[in-house]
Amino acid sequence: MSLIARLTERSWDPATSAAAAASATGPMDVFAGRQVMLHIFLVIVSVIFLLFFLTFIAHSQYPGFETLTGEPWKPLASTTQLWINTGVLAMASLMMHMGLTRARQGLTGQAVGFTMVAAFFTIQFVLAQLWLWRDLHGMGHTLVSNPSHSYFYLMTAVHVLHLVGGLVIMLGALAIIWRRAAVERLERSLKLCSTYWHYLLGLWLVLFVLLTRSPETYRTIAILCGLG
Amino acid sequence: MILVIAIVLLVVGSVIFHFVSPWNFTPLASNWSAIDNTISITVLITGIVFILVNLFMAYAIYRFRYRKDRKADYEPENKKLEIWLTGITTVGIAALLAPGLFAWSSFISKPDDAKMVEVVGKQWHWLYRFPGDDGVLGATDPRFVNPDNPFGIDPSDPAGQDDILVFSNILHLPVNEPYEFKMRAMDVLHNFGVPHFRAKMDMVPGMVTSMWLEPTRVGNFEVVCMQLCGMGHHAMRGRVVVQEPEDFEQWLAHQPTFAESMEENHWGNPENGEALYQTCAGCHGTAGEGNPALNAPKLSGMSNQYLIRQLEYYRDGVRGAHEDDALGQQMAGMMVTLPDEQAIRDVSAYLSTLPDRPAANSIEGDLSRGEQYYASCADCHGASGEGNYYTRAPRLAGQLDTYLVRQIENFKSGVRGSHEQDQYGMQMRLFAQRVQTEQQINDLVAYINSLEPDSDSD
Amino acid sequence: MTHVPIADLPMDDHHPTSFAAKYVWSQDHKVIAIQYATIAIFVGVVALILSAFMRLQLGFPDTFSFINPNTYLQYMTMHGMIMVVYMLTALLLGGFGNYLIPLMVGARDMAFPYLNMLSVWFYFVSVLILLASFFVTGGPTGAGWTLYPPQTILPGTPGNEWGIILMILSLAVFIVAFTMGGLNYVTTVMQARTHGMTLMRMPLTIWGIFIASWMGLLAFPALLVSAIMMAMDLLLGTSFFMPTLVSLGNSVDHSGGSPLLFQHLFWFFGHPEVYIVALPAFGMVSDVLATHARKNIFGYRMMVWAIVIIGALSFLVWGHHMYVSGMNLPFGFFFATATLIIAVPTALKVYNWTLTLWQGNIKLTSPMLFAIGFIFTFVHGGLTGLFLGNVIVDVPLADTMFVVAHFHMVMGVSTVMVIFAAIYHWYPLITGRMMHEGMAKIHFWTTFLGSYAVFLPMHYLGFMGVPRRYFAMGDTAFMPESTHALNASITVFALILIAFQSVFIINLIWTLKYGRKAGKNPWGATSLEWQTPDVPPAHGNWGAKLPVVHRWAYDYSVPNATQDFIPQTVPQGDMMEKSSDGPAEGTETTEGKPS
Repeated sequence: MSLIARLTERSWDPATSAAAAASATGPMDVFAGRQVMLHIFLVIVSVIFLLFFLTFIAHSQYPGFETLTGEPWKPLASTTQLWINTGVLAMASLMMHMGLTRARQGLTGQAVGFTMVAAFFTIQFVLAQLWLWRDLHGMGHTLVSNPSHSYFYLMTAVHVLHLVGGLVIMLGALAIIWRRAAVERLERSLKLCSTYWHYLLGLWLVLFVLLTRSPETYRTIAILCGLG
Repeated sequence: MILVIAIVLLVVGSVIFHFVSPWNFTPLASNWSAIDNTISITVLITGIVFILVNLFMAYAIYRFRYRKDRKADYEPENKKLEIWLTGITTVGIAALLAPGLFAWSSFISKPDDAKMVEVVGKQWHWLYRFPGDDGVLGATDPRFVNPDNPFGIDPSDPAGQDDILVFSNILHLPVNEPYEFKMRAMDVLHNFGVPHFRAKMDMVPGMVTSMWLEPTRVGNFEVVCMQLCGMGHHAMRGRVVVQEPEDFEQWLAHQPTFAESMEENHWGNPENGEALYQTCAGCHGTAGEGNPALNAPKLSGMSNQYLIRQLEYYRDGVRGAHEDDALGQQMAGMMVTLPDEQAIRDVSAYLSTLPDRPAANSIEGDLSRGEQYYASCADCHGASGEGNYYTRAPRLAGQLDTYLVRQIENFKSGVRGSHEQDQYGMQMRLFAQRVQTEQQINDLVAYINSLEPDSDSD
Repeated sequence: MTHVPIADLPMDDHHPTSFAAKYVWSQDHKVIAIQYATIAIFVGVVALILSAFMRLQLGFPDTFSFINPNTYLQYMTMHGMIMVVYMLTALLLGGFGNYLIPLMVGARDMAFPYLNMLSVWFYFVSVLILLASFFVTGGPTGAGWTLYPPQTILPGTPGNEWGIILMILSLAVFIVAFTMGGLNYVTTVMQARTHGMTLMRMPLTIWGIFIASWMGLLAFPALLVSAIMMAMDLLLGTSFFMPTLVSLGNSVDHSGGSPLLFQHLFWFFGHPEVYIVALPAFGMVSDVLATHARKNIFGYRMMVWAIVIIGALSFLVWGHHMYVSGMNLPFGFFFATATLIIAVPTALKVYNWTLTLWQGNIKLTSPMLFAIGFIFTFVHGGLTGLFLGNVIVDVPLADTMFVVAHFHMVMGVSTVMVIFAAIYHWYPLITGRMMHEGMAKIHFWTTFLGSYAVFLPMHYLGFMGVPRRYFAMGDTAFMPESTHALNASITVFALILIAFQSVFIINLIWTLKYGRKAGKNPWGATSLEWQTPDVPPAHGNWGAKLPVVHRWAYDYSVPNATQDFIPQTVPQGDMMEKSSDGPAEGTETTEGKPS
């Protein structure tokens, strides 16, 4: 039944209500609950980043806001390092997906192997981001030198924290599965993990695009959002 | 049953309260009658809804009170009724909103002939600036703020040189002329609101906000800060004096331009002041050290700004005019020795060059309790009682302690600070209430005695 | 891989035995609910006492030397923050949400009991951090509950060093706690409803809590974001909210920040927060009214839709808190219009509550008294909201005592009325005993009349132009001398009001031991929580089998029925006069296996 139909049910009326009840599923299982929770959690993360983006765009219209791009000598005018980092994170996401498909086929060993490779790439990404920070810091673009730089550090840091948090939870879950030899839980855990990793890859791409735009683009976005 | 009676009585009581209450809107003194009209419409419509809904509810409770033999009606919904109610409500809401939005659109579009005045909010008072002959306000930046330039006007901007500065909480405006208020804040959020004008707007550091209004009545209206701005928020008050245009022009002509205020001896020439001071030295001492026997306070170490303000107050009858202020009256009588504004500035300038030597102490008290009381004073007068040009608070450390006790008592009783032009005295009147008993005053003053500021900053 | 529905997991091997497992580290939603409620009521009492201090200063200025301008602002800030976040939000969602969701939708527990337990302990920690700020150097922050920068982190505002750090930390921990709880509430309602419990068969209580939880999940991130950014400004020296400025004569090392940005973020959280508190109250009062008027709630579908619409629209109106903040002035048109549109569904809810009473059979029990008290105060508070929502009328009234009176009437008094109604209503289920009716009536009359006497005149102070957050008015020309007498009388009423809350606390504790035994379903309610096999419900709630739902939650006074209510678990056609079945009771009569 569509959501509209479910929300317009005349529930006091025995005839229509019984039909609606018959099509309702009843309580769902634990895994479905976890999946729903993960999705809601990702919505919350999206809200957090959306708010970061909006304040960033609004802030970009204040005087004295110096973006990291726009002019050839600005550090993010060349996006090579960002592309490399993107590739690393994309590999992590891909490996996670490979792990999940192997788990679906019942190839437990391979599944765990791919997951470990994914974890490796994830750690590589985190290190690469730290490297990027070090470079920027070295060039004098510190956390406090301009609100624009503060935003860069803040948003990438929150993104990295989500990756690290996901990594800790994933390794913890794998450890539990290992200890209890509960192989049947592997596929489900990996399903949740790979959703999370794909999401964080997508989020990184959005961050990438947003942070490397020119001041003129921010101006346009700000006007479109009514913030100009 | 009691409940039904209670609801009816509350409804009737609320309506009566509304009409007989002596506490209501102040009489309007600006062009914003549109605001008052919208409020009247809102009171009317919401009042009717309030009465109808509650009386209906009271009647339902009475009529359908529990009876064992009765069964309630079974009515899941009634589309027709709900649609009607939705429709009526929508109409009512539209009737509120439409006049409100019309009034808002005129509120946010200033008339072309509006003149301009700038209001600067800072902890915890306002300063005002008029654009001068060129009609343009000079550029400002908080980085330029210093004791000589409290407005933070860019000294290199030619547009700022003729800006007329009002170093006071009291703003004068001509009647029946629209004014646009350009508002900025130096430190934290502030607000500028005059209840009689209805209009108000926050001031936000880092940006300029604005509103406009046209005073329609000659009078003297209180300004209040309406945005929490820290410890002294409740003491941030000012005045708007609405005058006939010619009176206003006369007042404006007396205010210095920025260029004038930056001139070398604009705030007094110490060399001329030395000669003038000789008459004062009889009581206040040759080094301005004060004399407890003659009840003369120490003057050395006080800032030029503070001394000028107090001398002007004595001259204008703002201080020393209260019938119970015998000592103040003495001082006011001495003002004949300072014939004009320049004399006041010169003598103040001279005094502020004298080296500061702390006076001898005579008051004993509990220092730790005094420290607690002083917590309410420290934000303005400084943690070491050094005074602060920024909050316009005089130096306390090193002052004759008997003088401090007397002034606290004067502020408490209203002998000092109750004149409506004494806006900083008004602040002290509010804060002096912190100490109630003689012992508490002594504790506080004993603590102030113990303070030792590092340098002689003002 | 077999699918085991959470619903029918064998619960016996989970029954906790030790005291700690049962009452401290419990994963049972009912115990967690009581833990939440106990902490919330405790901090609520702390905040209530703080409000008494504020009233003492306002009514009798400078009589008490421990109340000075700094401590006054600190009491004010802590009172506001505690009441809005740590008391109302926690009590309504953490307390009532936890207790009622699984019982009313027919689940054995929350979807994630362990997360639920973590939630209450995080909440406890956040409260400890918050209260710790009373004991650090400089005391708690006094920046107002809105925590507006730049003053929040500058000298001149009390608690600008340690107090604000603890406040931000406490809020962050609270948000984590709330998110863990909120994920649970939402998932449980979406996933763990029992057989036959369609969305539109859910009681309005669940609808209110469900939508409020969603709103909390989406709105609290804004507070988190602003708290993180402010903490960075304070601790790391960034300039998100800090422009170039001079603080008490000293230059501050910031530049390029925007204080208004914080206000936007704060109110993007802050306005939905109002409805996070209001919607559960709307829901619960609907159920109390229907039960005690022995009549179905009028216009159930409209009530559900109104909750959903109010919830959605409340994300679009945050700007009405900022009409005179200096934000782009033409935004006022949009926010005023959106705000007044919300008034339509809200007004419909009020009509439907009163129409539920019409043609009812009204029992004036103590829950019902409070529910009616709610309608009265909510109508008052809602109508004054129309003043403040209409942008031009807000201009003279913004930041005056009118605002204080308005939001106390609508968020404080009316919501607390519902909380009391709900406690009196569900106490027999939670403890198995009835609360003392005589004490309850004393409590109602003092609370209802007392709060009206406090807040009605306060509106008129606002009309006059008396600003809020003022430590003292002193002598002002625009206030007649009699205003001081009015302020004193408000204080006296407030103190009476506060003192009589002890009757409630005594009743709450006394009846726990000495109250009359309630038995099953003492109010004759139809909804699921009253149909459990045990009273109070045992661990796992439903005994061997989950209940099956056959009807909506409001079958009161059905024509031709054998009694004036038919529980949700009774199959269609049962309990009608033509059939000879006796009154059905709970799960025992349910037939048909879970499909």
